[in-house]
Amino acid sequence: MNPEEIEKIELDLFLDALNWRYGYDFRNYARASVRRRARQILAKSGMKHLSDLIPKLLHDEQFAVHAINEFSITVTEMFRDPTFFKTVRQTIAPYLKTYPFIKIWVAGCATGEEVYSLAVLLQEEGLYDRVKIYATDFNTDALKKAVDGIYALKDIQLYTGNYQKAGGRQAFSDYFLAEYNSAIIDQALKSNIFFANHNLVTDGAFHEVQAIFCRNVFIYFDRSLQNRVAKVFAESLTHGGFLCLGSKESIEFSPVFDQFKVIDAGQRIYQKKV
Amino acid sequence: MNMSAFQAVVIGASAGGTTALQKILAMLPGNFPLPVIVAQHVHPHQESAARIYKDIGLLKIKDGDEKEAIQPGFVYFAPPNYHLLIENDHTLSLSIDPKVHYARPSVDVLFESAADAYRAALIGIILGGANQDGAMGLLRVGQYGGLTIVQYPGEAEVCFMPRAAIETANPQYVLPVKKIISLLIEITTQHLDEAAHAR
Repeated sequence: MNPEEIEKIELDLFLDALNWRYGYDFRNYARASVRRRARQILAKSGMKHLSDLIPKLLHDEQFAVHAINEFSITVTEMFRDPTFFKTVRQTIAPYLKTYPFIKIWVAGCATGEEVYSLAVLLQEEGLYDRVKIYATDFNTDALKKAVDGIYALKDIQLYTGNYQKAGGRQAFSDYFLAEYNSAIIDQALKSNIFFANHNLVTDGAFHEVQAIFCRNVFIYFDRSLQNRVAKVFAESLTHGGFLCLGSKESIEFSPVFDQFKVIDAGQRIYQKKV
Repeated sequence: MNMSAFQAVVIGASAGGTTALQKILAMLPGNFPLPVIVAQHVHPHQESAARIYKDIGLLKIKDGDEKEAIQPGFVYFAPPNYHLLIENDHTLSLSIDPKVHYARPSVDVLFESAADAYRAALIGIILGGANQDGAMGLLRVGQYGGLTIVQYPGEAEVCFMPRAAIETANPQYVLPVKKIISLLIEITTQHLDEAAHAR
């Protein structure tokens, strides 16, 4: 058996341990990324083999939290894919305006850039006061950053460009306070956002939401997990509710796809049939 | 060296490798038997490289999609602002993991996953670029027994990337682009000849 085959066994055992001990299940994640993350955790630990880390994982909860968070670090931007947000403004916002109360679920919100982008958009569309945005992730480090809403000032130039391309109507700087090297999100934008811990791998549906944003999460999942989550989304949406995925993601493979119609194929926007 | 066993080619470059990449894509024959997978550093909002190179040469050029099965006759590019990885079942994956050497897509990320997936059956090529990304990835390709090629730095528009790859990975070949192309064709023709002979 060559060293890589042994490493594969070690990674399987490591992921089993993480699941059985703590209930975080990465076994159905796309393997190449998980392996890369595991190797990084190993390199930082100073140990030789991934299997050396299993006892530590089982008995050291702090290390386990670190490992769980390491497995799910993603990095996004505000108004990533400006054309997508422009399309949301044009196709989804008018529909949401027909509701007196709106519930939106941002699934896998990571460090919050996408949630606040959405909040800005809803504010400008006059919808923010009647919306509740549930923003969820299982990565506690990321969630904390999302709640804080403090971003690096050096990234704001990029975000401002994105915002303008996405059809933004104000000065983007109206939405944050610049302080030293940080941009702090305006408190008023946070009032209707509810951050919560939720794991798409193991947790169930939200009820009766009008739109779900889950962008660049599916790319990390294997087909079986994608199918599970697509089903959770179908159960969570009201009839006529929208599902928005990342620009490289789709639900067209999924058994629940026949419950949806395609609103914008390029921007990966789907609507649950009435 | 057993030349008959190759299954894929991975290429890494940054903006400084554009000319070299264009030449390679233009010169590879339409029946080139190996899939080609490319990570090139581009601005996150740049039009996809696949679109820029679309009409060059005879191979089909496209952005890689998640879970897409890798096939010969195609050149797959990492989409802007995504890492492109290769799974052990020879399908593609994407990620928005943190940048590596300030780059997403990163050459290291592609090459390391490709080395795991194809082991000795992989050809890794580093072209011009302004960044050390790719050096560790190429080292991994070599460690797993794959063929390692770096563009001759004297010829590259920007030579930092090939120099770093030469220093770190001690590649089997350091060649100007024209020679890289003929080497690829030679290797794969031999591959076809051997396959014909085996029948």
